[in-house]
Amino acid sequence: MMRIPPAALVGLFFTSVFFFCAIFAPFIAPYGMAEVVGDVWEPSSSEFLLGTDSIGRDLLSRMIWGGRTTIFIATAATVLSFVTGATLGFFAAVSGGWVDQVLSRFIDLVMSIPSLIFALVVLSVMPTTILTLILLMGLLDSTRVFRLARAVAVDITVMDYVEAARLRGEKIGWIIFRETLPNALSPLVAEVGLRFIFMVLFVSTLSFLGLGVQPPQADWGGIVKENKEGINYGIQAALYPAYAIATLCISINLVADWILGRTTSLKGGRG
Amino acid sequence: MTEPLLKVRGLKIGATIYPPGEKSRDIEIVHGVDFDLEAGKVLGLIGESGAGKSTIGLAALSYGRGGVELTGGEVWLNGRDILKSRMADKRSLRGGEVTYVSQSAAASFNPAKRIMEQVTEAAISHGKFTKKEAEERAVGLFEKLGLPDPENIGSRYPHQVSGGQLQRCMTALALCPQPDLVVFDEPTTALDVTTQIDVLKAIKTAIRDTGVAALYITHDLAVVAQVSDHIMVLQQGAMVEYGSVDQIINAPKEEYTQALVSVRSIKHVEKEPGQTPLLKVEGITARYSGTNFDVLKDIDVELHAGQTLAVVGESGSGKSTLARVITGLLPPSEGTLTFDGRTLTPDLATRPLDDLRELQMIYQMADTAMNPRQTVGTIIGRPLEFYFGLKGKEKQKRIQQLLDEIELGEGFQDRYPAELSGGQKQRVCIARALAAKPKLIICDEVTSALDPLVADGILKLLLRLQKVEDVAYLFITHDLATVKAIADSIAVMFQGKIVRYGPKSQVLAPPFDDYTDLLLSSVPEMRIGWLEETIATRKMEAAGN
Amino acid sequence: MHPIVTLVAQRLALGILLLFAASVLIFAGTTMLPGDVAQQILGQGATPESLANLRAELGLNDPPVARYFNWLGGVLQGDLGTALTNGRDIAESIGGRLKNTMFLAFWAAVVSVPLALFLGLLAVRYKDKWPDKLISAVTLTTISIPEFMLGYILMYWLAVKLRWFPSVAILNDSMSLLEKLNAIAIPVIVLTLVVLAHMMRMTRAAILNVMQSAYIETAELKGLGMLKIIRTHAFPNAVAPIVNVVMINMAYLVVGVVVVEVVFAYPGMGQYLVDHVTKRDVPVVQAVGLIFAAVYIGLNLVADIVSIITNPRLRHPK
Repeated sequence: MMRIPPAALVGLFFTSVFFFCAIFAPFIAPYGMAEVVGDVWEPSSSEFLLGTDSIGRDLLSRMIWGGRTTIFIATAATVLSFVTGATLGFFAAVSGGWVDQVLSRFIDLVMSIPSLIFALVVLSVMPTTILTLILLMGLLDSTRVFRLARAVAVDITVMDYVEAARLRGEKIGWIIFRETLPNALSPLVAEVGLRFIFMVLFVSTLSFLGLGVQPPQADWGGIVKENKEGINYGIQAALYPAYAIATLCISINLVADWILGRTTSLKGGRG
Repeated sequence: MTEPLLKVRGLKIGATIYPPGEKSRDIEIVHGVDFDLEAGKVLGLIGESGAGKSTIGLAALSYGRGGVELTGGEVWLNGRDILKSRMADKRSLRGGEVTYVSQSAAASFNPAKRIMEQVTEAAISHGKFTKKEAEERAVGLFEKLGLPDPENIGSRYPHQVSGGQLQRCMTALALCPQPDLVVFDEPTTALDVTTQIDVLKAIKTAIRDTGVAALYITHDLAVVAQVSDHIMVLQQGAMVEYGSVDQIINAPKEEYTQALVSVRSIKHVEKEPGQTPLLKVEGITARYSGTNFDVLKDIDVELHAGQTLAVVGESGSGKSTLARVITGLLPPSEGTLTFDGRTLTPDLATRPLDDLRELQMIYQMADTAMNPRQTVGTIIGRPLEFYFGLKGKEKQKRIQQLLDEIELGEGFQDRYPAELSGGQKQRVCIARALAAKPKLIICDEVTSALDPLVADGILKLLLRLQKVEDVAYLFITHDLATVKAIADSIAVMFQGKIVRYGPKSQVLAPPFDDYTDLLLSSVPEMRIGWLEETIATRKMEAAGN
Repeated sequence: MHPIVTLVAQRLALGILLLFAASVLIFAGTTMLPGDVAQQILGQGATPESLANLRAELGLNDPPVARYFNWLGGVLQGDLGTALTNGRDIAESIGGRLKNTMFLAFWAAVVSVPLALFLGLLAVRYKDKWPDKLISAVTLTTISIPEFMLGYILMYWLAVKLRWFPSVAILNDSMSLLEKLNAIAIPVIVLTLVVLAHMMRMTRAAILNVMQSAYIETAELKGLGMLKIIRTHAFPNAVAPIVNVVMINMAYLVVGVVVVEVVFAYPGMGQYLVDHVTKRDVPVVQAVGLIFAAVYIGLNLVADIVSIITNPRLRHPK
């Protein structure tokens, strides 16, 4: 029987709720994404649970639709970042020599410019579509995954069991998928969570700056931007996304911690 | 009768362990130990890993390392129970009345401070000596310990002196405050055998001249026999036997002690070489890429089918590099390898599968030689599947046969390496090598990470398998006792060259060249007085001490 | 020559090379990508003639390499070009803003560095006890909220509800230092929270790493008191990793500034950058992007040099 610690249970629960809402947004959201249904900044009521936004749209619906956009972009970018970063990282570690040198130095260079600044520079000439955002965020972030994957793989490839496999005459496929990958999995799985959190923060920041998801499409960063004037009148509309993001990120952190602890304990046992 | 300096009664030591994924729990690692130590005497604590000997040694400073706690019993030092002392009293005890010499001086010295400052620190802070007195005392100790340039060595930083020298500085550090008791915790274990003997001598002289009492902790009975007055044998946190050195070495009462004393007494009769050699290494010279010196210089050796060639040398002698060249991991810059009549290509990648199969390897660290995420069945089964295409029932049957051969038996197939003991792990590695039906197995220091009794078991197993399977071993080791036990021929390596090579009977018989003499004479022997005799008679001083 | 001098010189040269390469990357990012600056400025309704005219005016028809060296040559002489949108000299516009940004970053550093070191030490002192866990939980929360949202949350509570500080951070020369500090209070708190978590966690790890060394045990077994051990044995070895932590976090801070300036309408470099990215004003973006990259590379350089010169193995070679 698998025991899940309470912290991880809470994390799992909230993470699932967020993803559930994202996937089934069209069925859950009470109103359409861009439907104007009431007055400006109406307080919360039975009709509009979180009130309305700066142009009279239902805020709860905006939050659910916005979560869908944010989570979709973050998920896609995380996948891209992992596929690119991990593949190149493993490739560099297993190849070694000049391939490793060239790749590593290039990644160093890209990382010498802060991601946000780099993204802003690129977005000054590229059209801000969702595809651009996913590509840009995914590729910029893959540098971090590259470093981790390479470091983990280098640690493993110097192990005697990898040498033993090479001496046996095994092909590179066996060495990567049967000897290296199973041992690299736990740090990488935990990293998926952290990268995803970073993506959520990143895309929200870009949208808030007006350079991410474009209106009327809803997303959490954009909701802050649309409603920020309300803060001065004591209206909380702009703060809901903050609570949502914080809850999502903390939940994922809790799950990642648990997975990291659990997979390392898997090392020898069958538990 | 006068009160002893150190009196330990019913000492119990516990620790909290944190198994991953489970609740932490408390375990007991020392279960009630009693002993006395008179002023000026040396007591040797001996046992295998996990015997609790370091923990007991630190208890004399009322100190528990990491999560270790001194849970029960009494430790009386100079007439007071130091386990019940207050913190301030413990502080004045540590570094004043009792001092400590650790296994790794390199880690125990602060890298950012000069040696002199660290050696005199305790003496000064306890108010035993003024700075000037302490420094004079330190210089005197440096001289006594045989350190070069004793006047100035203290102004160096720890990384600026060699490992053997630093270990002696650590001894000076322990003796400087004029303590009543010094705890030596495996002080020579990390050193090369030729360096060990000099450090051992230095420690022994210093103990005698200063009249300090000592607890000398080690796993090597031959070493402890040289420096102690009494010996206490420990096993899994409990005392097995206590007695004078003479009694323990020459007339051990307990079975466990007898096993420890008679370890390495395997008798192996040297075999006659056959007609054609199985492996012929000719004129091999090799260097690592990016370096500008040859690690191997013009190496020639031969190995005959079903026999054992031992390659002996200290760290840096190039013996492991020779294994890398033979396996094809490091293509040599010159020379040829002939195996079973065929020429071996220099690079692993271009060797035919049969060459790879017939030449297997066993590593020093069985821990890292097995993938932690594969079961024993997978580890042993893979070569069967890979080389012979065995599947299903047939493969299972063969795996079980191999497990029987290495004396493990049923129920091991589904276990992970982490669930095995050190000796069992090494046995599985042997089975993996055997699975390929090799003609030659390269054994790289396969017993040096193991406790002596376990190592003995592995050597016996290897010898038995050699008879059954008719496999040859290239046995790389720094341990001459192992060599004597299993070799048919021996190559002694020093600084990348072979300095002596031939059948075992010839290599181990005089006259010796200087290096072989030094190496042979440096191996501690299990008899009293060996250290003094050896120091008096040998020809060459160790280079890197 | 002393090996440290050589190493530091090498690291400096590498820093300059990196900066140069970063300038190539920034230039390439704005030039090679498929977007058309002229189209972006004029919008979809532009006539082909006006597009061609604008391209010629911007020098977009020259080969990219020539344009790069032209630009770099200007930058090296302090000429950052002119803004497309208002035709003003970029270097001139940046001057005052750079000062404002430095002012904000400086005070954020003054608050956050000692606080992070203190909390880091506290967490080490009470490792695995409740203060450690509390600090760890709070910092986890602040890491999980983006800077700008933290900004609005604090603005809502501290400025609007409690009315302690103003909600926008506007500076002018006639203000006294105290008035200025009052104006930037909330942005400074936000920036502090943003870097505090990382800096504190890294400090904790760095100190723990040193405290678990064998030479600390040696010092304990010499019977030295805790304070003396920390002062004479732990501190000299912990300086380099801590300076490293601080520098890396100052680099984070520089990035955090961009967003926080936008939130509080603070007249600094970050707001200037974002504003001109929105307007697709490429020369401004290149210039400001390069300055941010230079600061970031510079801080990392300082961190590396500090760890080189504090390494006893390098300072006292064999």
